[in-house]
Amino acid sequence: MSVLVDKNTKLVVQGITGSEGAFHTQQMIEYGTNVVAGVTPGKGGQLFMDKIPIYNTMKGAVEKTGANASVIFVPPPFAGDAIMEAAEAGVELVICITEGIPTFDMLKVHEFLKKYPKTTLVGPNCPGVITPGEAKIGIMPGFIHKPGTIGIVSRSGTLTYEAVHQLGEAGFGQSTAIGIGGDPIIGTKHIDAVKLLSEDPKTEAIVLIGEIGGSDEETAAEYIANNVDKPVVAFIAGQTAPPGKRMGHAGAIIAGGKGTAEEKMKALAAAGIHVVKSPADIGKKMKEVLG
Amino acid sequence: MKIHEYQAKEILRSFGVPVPESKIAFSVKEAEEAAAELGLPVVVKAQIHAGGRGKGGGVKFAPTAQDVTQYANDILGMTLVTHQTGPEGKLVKKVLIEAASNIDRELYAGIVMDRATSAVTFMVSTEGGMEIEKVAEETPEKIVKVVVDTAVGLQPFQARQMAFALNLTGDAFKNGVKFLMALYKAYMGTDASIFEINPLVVTKEGDVIALDAKANFDENALYRHKDIVALRDLDEEEPLEIEAGRSGLNYIKLEGNIGCMVNGAGLAMGTMDIIKLTGGEPANFLDVGGGASAETVEKGFRIILSDENVKAVLINIFGGIVRCDRVAKGVIEAIKNIDTKVPIVVRLQGTNAEEGKKLLEASGMNIIAATELKDAAEKVVGTLKTIEA
Repeated sequence: MSVLVDKNTKLVVQGITGSEGAFHTQQMIEYGTNVVAGVTPGKGGQLFMDKIPIYNTMKGAVEKTGANASVIFVPPPFAGDAIMEAAEAGVELVICITEGIPTFDMLKVHEFLKKYPKTTLVGPNCPGVITPGEAKIGIMPGFIHKPGTIGIVSRSGTLTYEAVHQLGEAGFGQSTAIGIGGDPIIGTKHIDAVKLLSEDPKTEAIVLIGEIGGSDEETAAEYIANNVDKPVVAFIAGQTAPPGKRMGHAGAIIAGGKGTAEEKMKALAAAGIHVVKSPADIGKKMKEVLG
Repeated sequence: MKIHEYQAKEILRSFGVPVPESKIAFSVKEAEEAAAELGLPVVVKAQIHAGGRGKGGGVKFAPTAQDVTQYANDILGMTLVTHQTGPEGKLVKKVLIEAASNIDRELYAGIVMDRATSAVTFMVSTEGGMEIEKVAEETPEKIVKVVVDTAVGLQPFQARQMAFALNLTGDAFKNGVKFLMALYKAYMGTDASIFEINPLVVTKEGDVIALDAKANFDENALYRHKDIVALRDLDEEEPLEIEAGRSGLNYIKLEGNIGCMVNGAGLAMGTMDIIKLTGGEPANFLDVGGGASAETVEKGFRIILSDENVKAVLINIFGGIVRCDRVAKGVIEAIKNIDTKVPIVVRLQGTNAEEGKKLLEASGMNIIAATELKDAAEKVVGTLKTIEA
């Protein structure tokens, strides 16, 4: 067991012929992900790498291949549209890697997805989701991950790799690592990912990585306090970030005195979560907690 | 992206939101002419990208022509310090000359994107002229929130709810409803992220107007608003941040002396955090992105080292798709080209980290290699202690 993606995932790549899409499709196939189709409007009928059929529409791709997931590498002005097309075509999981989608486009997407409760959106502006040894959907380096029992949920890409690396050093593999993305409006939030991981029998413990901005970590903390028995180790990035400045991610900003790392760490600690101050202590703390 | 009050008011006006008559002036002479045209009394308002201008002495009521001359003279060229500018303040290069309003009441109206509900949310309050954060903390019951349904937009009944909550009556009520509907249109029509009208005033004549206006816009949506991009004022931004932006780098200047260069925003923040925890002070946030090529590394270096406070540099790259041996070559190249004496700690992890480390060690340059994050932070803070000792 694992969450969101596994060896039965049949993946469509939206934007497969773009440079990012093409590169990462190859990487995903090398990892063992079952890529069944690509979509690029106007290039339907062609083959990617001489074997993967390209379709003009998501609907066409899903009807012909029975795909149940999609990953999006479409440029920002068109990415919101791509998410909606995927949901309408009936895939259960849409992972949007694209960074830089206008907030109002995502507002529209968020509204649209209410009509498609069976579709889960992860991202945008995220590294993707990996279940080590089974499938990786996204841009994370597959080789640093090892199959195991720690679930990860994170707003940041390379900070997740850092956590994976430290867990590996401490002798732990991962059940599933979910990059939820650094934008203000995202599909799967911390609380949703934590729910999935806490209900997954293969996941023994959870690493939660958050950052400044918004209050999603606090919401997750409340849920964990009341519903999760598995140990959770957490780190919040941006303890030294000045207020009012956007720290790289569109969603990483302390606005009107809200969304500070301090507030989040306090809420997480109050929920019985093992909060580490240093990003170098994630693996060590997990070892301490699991004994 | 932030803009000035006078620019925000022009946008509001174009969407039918009532604002006072005004003119922008870059000199005392222009200020005098503007006042003559508008008719006295006027208000002279410093235009900088920061709130709290009134308290800092940047907003003056001018009943006579002599006052206009005097205040324009005082404010133009002054370094205005407010709670949002930092102690160094901001140089004032232009003033807005605005027809004075016959104020009856001062209210508040704001629009934000609420992340928790993923919906556009209005906030109105009878406590105008105060900092809304303060009102939220001390008397939260005095802020009325209205969540906009994304599918249909702001509805008239919601605007009426807010107008009633603001205790508007008669003509002011009708004008208030119109004002709020127009304000919403302006917000949505410009891909704004924050609108704040504080104060929103009701005049003795029953007009409802935006006496001040603050507007921020979604940077991801600027590609479809060329008119707003044109309003950017580079004088209001940190020069190094502008330069970094031109090179496609995400740089934010801080107060410390340890420069850092990291790939990925989360890890960049995490690196700043661990520097602080180890007893150092980060000089900047710098995300060189997923690519981290030799070229971006060199550009990053130049920007970091342009900050004279920087006494040591920590490079922390977690190679995923990007290979560490390539990053190492980039670092070596960059140091050769830049010729700096500042100690540099490089931590490479991930793809081909070992090869990268060997290249750094073999380069014969003054580079301190590190493998783990903690080790890297201790080494960079350590170099500073050695320098200081």
